[in-house]
Amino acid sequence: MAAIPTLRNGSTLETGGNPADNPALRRFALLTAAATFALVWMGGLVTSHGAGLAVPDWPNTYGYNLFFFPFSKWIGGIFFEHTHRLVASGVGLLTTILALWLYGYKSRPLLRWGGAATLLAGLAVLCFPSQSPHSHTGENIMLACIGAAALASSFVWPKCEPSPKWLRRLGVAAFFAVVAQGVLGGLRVTLLKDELGIFHATLAQLFFVLMSAMVLFQTAFWRKLPAPAESDARGLRHFFLAATLLILVQLALGATMRHQHAGLAIPDFPAAYGKIWPDTDAASVVKYNQLRMEVQDYPPITAFQIILQMAHRLMAGIVLVMVGTCAWLARRQLGPHHRLSRLAAGWFCLIVAQIILGAATIWTGKKADIATAHVACGALSLALGGLISIIAFRRLAAPAGQNCPAQKDELTTLLASSRITLRS
Amino acid sequence: MKKTIAVLATLALAGWWQMAPAAEVTGKVTLKGTPPPEIPITFTDQCGPLHPTNVTTRRYVVGKDNGLKDVFVYISKGCEGKTYPAPAEPVVLDQTQCLYQPYVMGMMAGQKLQIKNSDTFMHNVHASPLAADGAEAFNLPQNAGQVNEKTFTHPEVLVKFQCDVHNWMFAYIGVMSNPYFAVTDADGNFKIPNLPPGDYTLTAYHLKTHGKTSTGVSQAIKVEGDKAVTANFTVEVPPPAP
Repeated sequence: MAAIPTLRNGSTLETGGNPADNPALRRFALLTAAATFALVWMGGLVTSHGAGLAVPDWPNTYGYNLFFFPFSKWIGGIFFEHTHRLVASGVGLLTTILALWLYGYKSRPLLRWGGAATLLAGLAVLCFPSQSPHSHTGENIMLACIGAAALASSFVWPKCEPSPKWLRRLGVAAFFAVVAQGVLGGLRVTLLKDELGIFHATLAQLFFVLMSAMVLFQTAFWRKLPAPAESDARGLRHFFLAATLLILVQLALGATMRHQHAGLAIPDFPAAYGKIWPDTDAASVVKYNQLRMEVQDYPPITAFQIILQMAHRLMAGIVLVMVGTCAWLARRQLGPHHRLSRLAAGWFCLIVAQIILGAATIWTGKKADIATAHVACGALSLALGGLISIIAFRRLAAPAGQNCPAQKDELTTLLASSRITLRS
Repeated sequence: MKKTIAVLATLALAGWWQMAPAAEVTGKVTLKGTPPPEIPITFTDQCGPLHPTNVTTRRYVVGKDNGLKDVFVYISKGCEGKTYPAPAEPVVLDQTQCLYQPYVMGMMAGQKLQIKNSDTFMHNVHASPLAADGAEAFNLPQNAGQVNEKTFTHPEVLVKFQCDVHNWMFAYIGVMSNPYFAVTDADGNFKIPNLPPGDYTLTAYHLKTHGKTSTGVSQAIKVEGDKAVTANFTVEVPPPAP
């Protein structure tokens, strides 16, 4: 048996292309993913309580620096929106640290010099304030503190080797994604555009998948996972990927309904206005609106929103069948005790729970906690689907005769061919 | 000099307006059918103590003889091509005890709207006019006791106001290009004064009954001299689904 190379921080490298074993980094990635899930949950609470615009300004909160907003003013919808922003800031910070950590000791110069420059810039604007009537003292102090923290952290920064290049790139992608997500959320507030909320919600789900995948890549399970070792005669990995993409489409549909305040465009389930397919002519829609009673006086529903909800319901059925097929195929192809079979079975259970939560959302008149749990369960379903797909593409190979490089799937190629470049 | 001429012209116009024959249009809006029950509002910890008794939504407020409250009644045709000066005094939308008062009201385009926060805590005022692609939409923070002034330049029936801090708070304002509008009282009655002689279309718009796909129910009226005109409306709510 070949000796496992030992890196300068004492961690080991077991297989080419895999990250080194780094328990602290693994735990930190897990913390970031958990915080991201909490953030998705908080985002669900914000829209469920109709509080997306309870704080009219951004990046400030009622004119205060985000971090200095008095607790006594966290009332009503402000509580949900402001907490969401604080948790988002936390996720942004964790993601930034994670992205830097993946670069290992190579991040030290950036932290040291970048931190020093930021500290100096903060001190400079504090010492030479502008004559503008709008003082930014709080922001300037924060800038100096961030610089000081970065500078200080450079002296105690982990001395570990950089992670593989592909993983470092994922870290950078995560950093830009979290920044884009923050800006998107801010623009949704300042531009008063519901449409931006749809993209904000969908990007949040994708970001959670990315964070979950980054945890997976840090685990011993991933490192010990053999390269394509089993034949995928039935194209199981493609089924997994297709089902995951269907869930993504389904979540985008849900986000559209949610941000158009049309979650109760059809107030009954499993029937739709007492029918299999509801009437959507103009007279019927007028009648629906006349009888529709909600505390939150949302705009009248439209025929499009009714059809959208029907599409969401139909898609739920398709996702259920698709994930069920995946679980059944995995069991037949790999056996009931195979990890992928177990994960697929768990995935199917999650989809069933999600459908029950969706029905409960309607039956309870879109009760905030239930509707939020529906959002969160959707995020978990997508993330689990994403992880299963990644594992399947890593583990399963095309049947013999199809396994030539030209026919290899792009994802398989990426995962299988990635290599760690060791520092000499 | 120009300012003096403008003031004199306005005064002369106002004087002519007062002297010219004009009629009062009165009427009642009646609801036909049984509306769905209102939903009790669950207040937050701050707002709950301000309301010792139950407060419900205000979608169908029915009074004596099925008179329907909060119907916006206005002249939808007959005033085209004429310009009307916006009143100098502002209209007031108040946030008090975690509710907007009034729930429905009217104002003229160009008239000042004063938005008050009479509560002892914060609200936000989020207006969503759809006219001109929502160019006049705003979302303002409001501290306790704060007053803000806003003006709409595009007519619209009705502009929605909401507080996102307290998600049950809504109000609606009809922004008009003429001064001939009214909102029905608790018994469904309305009164539009000083309507000059002419042929008009009078429209009654109830937010919940007519929604955004309908402009309301209308009828033609003829004003002759200062002879009072009566115009009644019936709006209908369908029976609930079986």
